[in-house]
Amino acid sequence: MEIRNPRIQEIISEENLVYKKTSLMTDKALSYCPGCGHGVVHRVIMEIIDEMGIQADTIGVAPVGCSVLAYEFMNIDMQQASHGRAPAVATGIKRCWPEKYVFTYQGDGDLAAIGTAETIHACNRGENIAIFFINNGIYGMTGGQMAPTTLVGMRSSTTPYGRDAALMGNPLKITELVAMLPGTYFVARHTVHTPLAVRKFKKAAKMAFENQKLNKGLSFIEIVSNCNSGWKMTPVQANKWMEENMLPFYPPGDIKMNGEIVKKAEKAE
Amino acid sequence: MAKIKGAIVIDIEKCKGCELCLVSCPTDVIRMEKKVNGKGYHFAYMEYPDNCTGCANCAVVCPDGVITVYRKKFEE
Amino acid sequence: MGKMKLMKGNEAFAEAAIRAGCDAYFGYPITPQSEVMEYLAAQQPQLRTGMVLLQAESEVAAINMVYGAAGTGKRVMTSSSSPGISLKQEGISYLAGSQLPCLILNVMRGGPGLGTIQPSQSDYFQATKGGGHGDYRMIVLAPASVQEMSDFVKLGFELAFKYRNPVIMLSDGIIGQMMEKVELFEQVPRLTEFDQQWVTTGKTPDRERNVITSLDLDPARHERHNLKLQAKYQKMRENEVRFENIDCDDAEYLFVAYGSCARICQKSVKLARAKGIKVGLIRPVTLFPFPSEEIGRRAAKLKGILTVELSSGQMIEDVRLAVDGKVRVALHNRMGGMVPSPEEVVDALLKSFSIR
Ligand SMILES: Cc1ncc(C[n+]2csc(CCOP(=O)(O)OP(=O)(O)O)c2C)c(N)n1
Ligand code: SF4
Ligand code: SF4
Ligand code: SF4
Ligand SMILES: [Mg+2]
Repeated sequence: MEIRNPRIQEIISEENLVYKKTSLMTDKALSYCPGCGHGVVHRVIMEIIDEMGIQADTIGVAPVGCSVLAYEFMNIDMQQASHGRAPAVATGIKRCWPEKYVFTYQGDGDLAAIGTAETIHACNRGENIAIFFINNGIYGMTGGQMAPTTLVGMRSSTTPYGRDAALMGNPLKITELVAMLPGTYFVARHTVHTPLAVRKFKKAAKMAFENQKLNKGLSFIEIVSNCNSGWKMTPVQANKWMEENMLPFYPPGDIKMNGEIVKKAEKAE
Repeated sequence: MAKIKGAIVIDIEKCKGCELCLVSCPTDVIRMEKKVNGKGYHFAYMEYPDNCTGCANCAVVCPDGVITVYRKKFEE
Repeated sequence: MGKMKLMKGNEAFAEAAIRAGCDAYFGYPITPQSEVMEYLAAQQPQLRTGMVLLQAESEVAAINMVYGAAGTGKRVMTSSSSPGISLKQEGISYLAGSQLPCLILNVMRGGPGLGTIQPSQSDYFQATKGGGHGDYRMIVLAPASVQEMSDFVKLGFELAFKYRNPVIMLSDGIIGQMMEKVELFEQVPRLTEFDQQWVTTGKTPDRERNVITSLDLDPARHERHNLKLQAKYQKMRENEVRFENIDCDDAEYLFVAYGSCARICQKSVKLARAKGIKVGLIRPVTLFPFPSEEIGRRAAKLKGILTVELSSGQMIEDVRLAVDGKVRVALHNRMGGMVPSPEEVVDALLKSFSIR
């Protein structure tokens, strides 16, 4: 790149570094579409594992979905899971290594449709794991079909005229549902579409790992995210659409803290 | 007076041209290059580097983690 | 060795699990094998050996817990009966595809569908030919006694780790429910060392990250992976065939039967020999790999083979392949939970081959 400001040379040097991709992300180029939130969530989770120094004690589980190849990008021990079963797989791992950190990384189709039973029961048992739940309102990987989270009226390849609640049911707020279960200790909803949102999510994600040391139950974080390809928008448009349409229905904020339901969820920015 | 100056380095070949950094920069530093990289994406670059404060907003939202941020204090 | 104890097959299996140093059991109740988890629960294995015991929300969850736990390199198992084993098939395919060891017990009952809770052997195809999707095989052990319900747990784990592959014990409601004397083996210590080449213990700086997956989107690489799996199954065929020969040396006729049917046929051999018919029994102990060579080797000298099964005739296909047309293979079978008597089997032999 041509350097127009001679000062830049001075600034760009190791001692002035303020932000660099964590080494817990591999050098492999992400397989996600341009602007897809999966990449940000991956990086934030890896930053926390890096900062907490727990790489040698962490095992991740990624089921099918766009993030099925998460193990190519996260430089930690990982296990790929079948569609919907990540909470059961994580249960198996955590029960065998109770002192390790175990997390799942699941899409909305995965967690809230095919894997509903595994989700509810892992939450209800209070498995000491963290669940990261990427809600993009669609089945990204298989080409944009309706997900349990698809908004009423929202188009997808299997709801080309919009989701009709009378025929297809209403979008499922599974995060509010799992918050009702005694086994969950921390439940929150976040986004990663603005710098502030990413920083907030990072705090929550850190808590999800720290909670595992307390053995008090499951930490569950929904990340409302975009699917530009599935929504057929540019990334910038998709984030705007998400703010205007998804967030009123899926408002970000803490839902359950320290095992107690938070009375009023904080509104979207 | 001391002045904080920042600069970003973009891994051009890994940039996917999503423009999320561009819209997240509070000082409007970033533009998309007319040229494309090896993957055919118009990549991001610092059009107004003087404005950069090194706040790292762009790097934090970049889904592909291709932005590295530096910041230095200059005595005027 | 320990002293003899009177136990149900399912209980002996459960006790053997604890003694084999099993690290975790995940299950879901279904007749006729619920005693496995009940026995374990009563034993409080978490106190005896530190073994994990968890009742899952379904067989699907249970097998996926096994899949996760197996990835940690520990000795893990599940048990179920036919409909539950059907539900586990996707998980078993993942276990095979990602080369994870585990032990699975199927105490077969009759199907199809909800079928019956009575004993059956109609999951032979499912167990020996793959069962789930994709090209994979598992070593299939067929216990025929309460003793083997215990012994095969230890053997099963050994084989599972030797090949890094699921091993299935294919039992049935008769073997699971019957009471017999069993000599239990001594307690085996639980594992304390893990193969850092593949287990998920957490990535340390001295090694690359370990990834457990069955996915590979690169066709050439994925074909190589499949070839590697096939080579492994071939090794099993070469090294792990197990069978029992009873009165075969002078035999003109053979029964081929496994599990509970082999026990019945053992009596039929005696009855037939008392009538002067020279009949022997080959009892496959491993159903995969199948003792094809042993059966084939004897075929030319025989006048007939009768396979006896609690199914429409599934193993008979492997017997026919083994004899390759050298001798006629007939079937005597019962279904729906019906069990043949030893006399009935002898009659079937006489009729099938027009003896006398
Ligand atoms: C048993 C099974 N059924 C269906 C599929 C196909 N499949 C793969 S991913 C997926 C949906 C993924 O959607 P989601 O969980 O929302 O993740 P996203 O791709 O949107 O991130 C489906 C249906 C599968 N792999 N396995
Ligand atoms: S299809 Fe959607 S969820 Fe999948 S990578 Fe593309 S934008 Fe992301
Ligand atoms: S956010 Fe990252 S990938 Fe997107 S245009 Fe900016 S530098 Fe490129
Ligand atoms: S570091 Fe801050 S000021 Fe500099 S380009 Fe990035 S967002 Fe803009
Ligand atoms: Mg989705």
